[in-house]
Parts: sequence; C-alpha cells; structure tokens
Amino acid sequence: MNVFAIIGRVVLSTLAEIGALTRFVWLAVTHIFRPPFFWRLIAQQMLRIGYFSLPVVALTAFFTGGALALQIYYGGNTFNSESIVATIVALGITRELGPVLGGLMVAGRVSAAIAAELGTMRVTEQIDALTTLSTNPHKYLVVPRVVAAVITLPALVFIADIIGIMGGFVVGTGSLEFNPGVYIKNTVDFLDADDVISGLIKAGVFGFIIAIMGCFHGFNSKGGAQGVGRATTNAVVTASILILAANYVMTSLLFAN
Amino acid sequence: MSDAKIELRNVHKRFGKKVVLDGINLTVPKGESLVVIGGSGTGKSVMIKCVLGIIRPDSGEIFVDGKNVLKMDAGEREKVLRKFGMLFQGAALFDSLPVWENVAFGLIQGRKMKRKQAKDIAVEKLAKVGLAAEVGELYPAELSGGMQKRVGLARAIAADPEIIFFDEPTTGLDPIMADVINDLIVDSVKDLGATTLSITHDMASVRKIADKVAMIHKGKIIWAGSRAEVDDSGNDYVDQFIHGRAEGPIQMEVLKP
Repeated sequence: MNVFAIIGRVVLSTLAEIGALTRFVWLAVTHIFRPPFFWRLIAQQMLRIGYFSLPVVALTAFFTGGALALQIYYGGNTFNSESIVATIVALGITRELGPVLGGLMVAGRVSAAIAAELGTMRVTEQIDALTTLSTNPHKYLVVPRVVAAVITLPALVFIADIIGIMGGFVVGTGSLEFNPGVYIKNTVDFLDADDVISGLIKAGVFGFIIAIMGCFHGFNSKGGAQGVGRATTNAVVTASILILAANYVMTSLLFAN
Repeated sequence: MSDAKIELRNVHKRFGKKVVLDGINLTVPKGESLVVIGGSGTGKSVMIKCVLGIIRPDSGEIFVDGKNVLKMDAGEREKVLRKFGMLFQGAALFDSLPVWENVAFGLIQGRKMKRKQAKDIAVEKLAKVGLAAEVGELYPAELSGGMQKRVGLARAIAADPEIIFFDEPTTGLDPIMADVINDLIVDSVKDLGATTLSITHDMASVRKIADKVAMIHKGKIIWAGSRAEVDDSGNDYVDQFIHGRAEGPIQMEVLKP
C-alpha cells in the first residue's frame, strides 16, 4: 500500500468530517432563531440535561473542593495556610475546576445519552419519519437539546461552584481545623464576580459542545447497534477533548490581562 | 404530463464508488398505485428517499405535480412534503410518544392543530386500521410488529395525503397479517383517492395493491407494465424475480464453494 495514498485518505476523510460538522453546526444555530419554537421540548430537555445531572455534578464539585483544600494545605506553606487554602479553592473551583470537571461529567452523561437516542432514531428511520411528517429534524431534535444545554450548564456550574467551595470549607474547618469565620471571610474577600462569570461563560460554551457532539454523532450514526455504540463513544470522546481544548483557549483569552 | 403525479427523469445517485441509482426514469400517474419490485440492495429505498428529499440525488430531475422539487427552496419543499405520507419498513414510530401522538404527530407539529382535535382524528384513523381507541394510550414498544405496522399506516394517512409511499409494507409479517395490511392499504388508498408508490419484494403484495408494476435492477428501471402483464412480461429478469428462481439473468453475489 502506498504511504501517500493512506495519508491522502486520512486527510480527505478528516476534512470531510470537519466540513460535515461545520454544516451541522450552521444548521443547528440558524434553526435556533427561526420559528416554529418547541418550548415544551426545550423544557423537557432542560430537565433531562440540567436537573438530572445535578447529583453527579454536585458530588464531583464537593469532592474536588475537598481534595483541593487538602492538596494546597499539604503542598503549600503551613504558615499562612488558612488564607491561601480558602483563596485558592475559591479561585480554582470557579475559574477552572467547576466548569471543566462539571462539563466533563455532563459530557459523559448527556452526550452519550443524546448520541444513543438520536442514533437509534436514525437507524430505525424515525428521523426520516419526522421529515415526512413536515417536521424539520434539526428544529425538533437538535435545537431543543442545544438550547437546553447552553442554558442549564451555567446554572449547573454555578451550583457546582457553591458546593465545591463548600467542600473546601468542610475539609478546611473539619480536618484542617481552620476558623470557619476566617475561611468564609477569605473566600469572599478574594473572589471577584469576574472569576465566577468567566466560569459560567465557559460552561455555556461547554453546554453547546456537549449537545452538538451528541446530536452530530447521533444523526450520522449508521449500521445498527454497533453504529449506535460507535456514535456514543465518539460523542463522549470528541465532546471531552473539545471541552478541554476550548477551556484552554478561553482561559488564555479571558485571563490575558 | 398533466396526469403524472410524480416523475423521475434520469436520476443518478452514488455513495462513494457504489452506484445506487443509475439513471432512473419513472412516472407515477395520478390516482394510481405503482409498485416497484426488485431485490435487496437494488436502490429501491434510495429512490423513494430522493423523492422525499431525505437524500439528494447527484443528477437528474424529480417532478411532483409538474414542479421540479430539486430546484425548490426549503419553504416550497416543505409545502410539497405536506402532500406526502409514508409507511416505513420498520414502521419508524417515535418510541418516546404514545401511539395516538404518533398518529397525530403530523397534525400537531406539521399543521399546528390543537391536541384535542388531533387526538380525535388519531382515534378515528386508528379505528380505520382496526385498532381500538385504548391502543392509542399504549407506547409503540408495547405493540406487536403487525400492530406497529398498522399504527404506521394510520400515521401515514392521518393528514389525508395526496401521495403515499409504502416501503416494504409486508416485510417481517406473517402471511395472514401481511394480507390484512394489504387490504388496509387498498381500502385506505381508495378512500383517499391517493396516488401511491410502493416498494416491495413480496409478490402477494404486488398482486393485491398494484395497478402498475415496475422492476428495478442495478439502479435502473428495466421493465414497466400493468399488473396483468407481470406474468407474461417476456422479460427474463421479471420472470426470474416473480418466480423466485436462483437461476437466471440476475446473479446474486454469492461465492460458490
């Protein structure tokens, strides 16, 4: 086999995939603003994507906040640690760990679920059936999921911020024996609204990535049960990688100064 | 021209290197039932999906009521789609919705009908295919294959379409249920005065529902005629197919040991 032929094929299929994804995103975004709007479906998806992800995200945040507090305490200077632990936990959770870990957990839960559901609908011709019933599948299936994810992810991350900081507080005041009043004062003093808002902006973008990746891979799945399985895996993997990459880009933009 | 409801002219479609439709020419006269026969993988489903706009052909023209649907914008296209109803091979019912909402889907989503009114119509259409109103409250997964097909038929005729497509309506059913479905198809089409295009490889079905028959082989229409002419078509391909012989001009791609 010719090496150049292999390289060429890989390049071509990658470009084709990027093209297909771009077209898909374009269709999804333009349909968000064009009627009809399916409010009921958006509400239903907000429940499924947001509300039901709450326990997973809350637990992740709590343990991350706790572990962060311990890690800073052990690794840092024990002198003055009382102020450092509270500050770094608050900043670390709101700026990076809340949105990123929250996003990754929801990616695992929601991207997979969306890809499996839409993938099954694709291979059983339910998506084609929508078209024959004068209903645009992008509008009916993709838009509600994307809108719901973009709205609920920041809300989830906001709650995760609170619970994560609380995790640090519980560990700090419990096993590290800090003064609760001082811990709270340090958290409030050093935490800006900008820190929280930057995290919420990231969360909105991650929500978009999660829903789009689930929908894209679900829509394009083919070949029965195996195809749906592959779509699910691809959705989670690509969503997770894109979240981490987008996080880096956004951190470098949001915190440039 | 005027009595052609659907006309395909020189339609080509290929997926990668595989040519699926190799210049299809086909006319479905208004108010008649055309059945396209052909083996598996001869392009029958792709042809129907091209007419519905689910798949875009590479070249050729498709006319519905004398208008070229491939040159229409999305809005016009949607209007044309409202004339269609389709029964899918696997019924393609939405498994997240109860049966009555499946039947009423095109009315509620596509035509913005009130749910109450749409439900009344759904119950009426279910009765037409011999299903009790209580079945409407069940979910598709709770139904047998034959019942799902009947619900699919009720959904296809719910909006009183001018054109109905049947994709292998009897595949996977026992001979008696297949006959029941054939009768229902004939009855419901007669009631609506609709034009129908069916694809099947079930000869019993052909003899029951067809006015005209066409045979597709390797992406081309190789024979067309009335139902009565099928048995003495003088075409070796048609003869082989309707008698189900392994020997003949159609060679299956099976490796001989």
